[in-house]
Amino acid sequence: MSAATTTPNPQNRAGMLLSKGALYVICTVLALLFLFPIAWTFMSSVKPPAEASASPPTFLPSRVTFDNYFKLNDYGAGVQQYLFNSVGVAVMTVIGTIVLSTLAGFGFSRFSFRGKNVLFVMILATLMIPFQSILIPLFLILTNLKLHNTLFGLALVYITFQLPFGVFIMRNTFDTVPREIEEAALLDGCSSLTMLYRVMLTIVRPGIITVGIYAFLNAWNEFLAALIFMTRESMFTLPILLVTVRSGYYGAIDWGALQAGVTITIIPCVVIFLLLQRYYMRGLMGGALKG
Amino acid sequence: MTAITSEPRISKVEMARQRFRKQYTGLLFVLPASIFTIIFFIIPLIMTMFMSLHNWPLIGERSYTGLENYSRLLSDQQFWDSLAFTTRYTLLITPIIFILAFILAQLVNLPLRGVGFFRTAYFLPVVIGLGTSSLLWVWLLNDRIGLFNALLLSLGIIERPIVWLADPQYVMPAIIVSVVWKTVGFTMILLLTGMQAIPDELYDAAMVDGAGYLARIRYIMLPLLRRTFALALILSVIGSYLGFDQFFIMTRGGPQNSTISVVYWIYTNSFTYFKMGYGAALSIVLLVILAILSVIQLRLLRDETEF
Repeated sequence: MSAATTTPNPQNRAGMLLSKGALYVICTVLALLFLFPIAWTFMSSVKPPAEASASPPTFLPSRVTFDNYFKLNDYGAGVQQYLFNSVGVAVMTVIGTIVLSTLAGFGFSRFSFRGKNVLFVMILATLMIPFQSILIPLFLILTNLKLHNTLFGLALVYITFQLPFGVFIMRNTFDTVPREIEEAALLDGCSSLTMLYRVMLTIVRPGIITVGIYAFLNAWNEFLAALIFMTRESMFTLPILLVTVRSGYYGAIDWGALQAGVTITIIPCVVIFLLLQRYYMRGLMGGALKG
Repeated sequence: MTAITSEPRISKVEMARQRFRKQYTGLLFVLPASIFTIIFFIIPLIMTMFMSLHNWPLIGERSYTGLENYSRLLSDQQFWDSLAFTTRYTLLITPIIFILAFILAQLVNLPLRGVGFFRTAYFLPVVIGLGTSSLLWVWLLNDRIGLFNALLLSLGIIERPIVWLADPQYVMPAIIVSVVWKTVGFTMILLLTGMQAIPDELYDAAMVDGAGYLARIRYIMLPLLRRTFALALILSVIGSYLGFDQFFIMTRGGPQNSTISVVYWIYTNSFTYFKMGYGAALSIVLLVILAILSVIQLRLLRDETEF
């Protein structure tokens, strides 16, 4: 991000109205407001179960235990199964989106062929149509292909939803690579595919990482399609399992288990974002400003 | 192509062959993505239109009914209630998101040490799923063990715990607080990007002319941010109109069916009642509404002067 590198004239910013100390206080209080719910869930998930649903609530656990995580196993097929489902769908979505977006991005950037613009516009235009409006026929299509209640079927749908963003980012990334590089590779006798594989992929890696992060987060977090396509309990993804936990057994909600489940679902998103923030923001800028 | 033309010996036939191969190769590269889009997006979209003209139960005979689904929709009270609720929700949450996001963007645009940390902190909830954050807030808003009530009680703002998600009076503000927490960082980053694209010289010039801080925001920043605002507005309004997770998880449409959004009503008809033809008709109507909203908002974008 260019944000860190610019040194703006302080007089042009809100800094004029308030002293530096006051601004720090405001910023810190706001940061606490945003981070506290997440921190408190993490804290509560390692409390002893009784403490996790104590009234009035406590902040720090009296002792650290993972009982709440084990209690998640009481739901359906056990938490490992749901973790496996979520990871499986997310990994397939990431790989599929990266492969299809890179191939298409390369094709749209480097070749001219009949129907190129039509196909490009077709893929990008799906961005403007909310996927919520096509879920009914998608459900029927997946059922007919015997792909409903399968991780593969859900991943196919997620890959398609990611394509407009992925193809757009990868096309732009390839556009920034100078043609001389591939011409040199072609003269050396590489075929298009070997050249893409050997030469280009190292150069466009940032774009690939960006596309991968968005594919992961969307597949991991998506709720409505997973709710509709995964009707068999053993095939639920984590967010759908959590709704089962939230509904409770016999009307009583196990808050400790819910907090543990929420924590498991949040952690991968937070870790990936913090590690790869630069690439995430790139996607936001590239996707938002040019789109 | 340039690589080929640089060698003069190659015959015209050979060049044509190469061009054909190049054309063919390009198509091959984009084919997988195109096929996915056709099978899992274009065909379902056409099917939605087709299904909306049919009585289409999950099991059993389906029959062509023409525009009957659409005429039924006109007298479907819950559809109108849902549309009114979704519109009210969007009208309430959009200004809150924009005002907060603008203030946050101003703050994280300050030349303060450690401002990167604040930026990350405000943005962090965006990467959590809306479903997951809704579950988190079900707990925070709980009347017995939730933090929200505990906090308000200890500050003396309320006297007894409020059952936020079951009280018709408080359910809307409660949901809005949770969704703002999760999404405001996104609008903040969009606005921040727009703010950083404005050259400092413009502010400096205005300052020489004696414009104060607020005047500079009013006459320089806001007009130049118009394009960014329009984009952020479209994304935010569409997101609110498509709201489902927060209502399904936090309230299950209650209390007294007062928080059933349009997508929620489509979901209920299609996958609880399995009236898929009717669900398809509702989907098409939602698409049309969103298209109209986007066109209206795009007008804001269009009459903007370049800078």
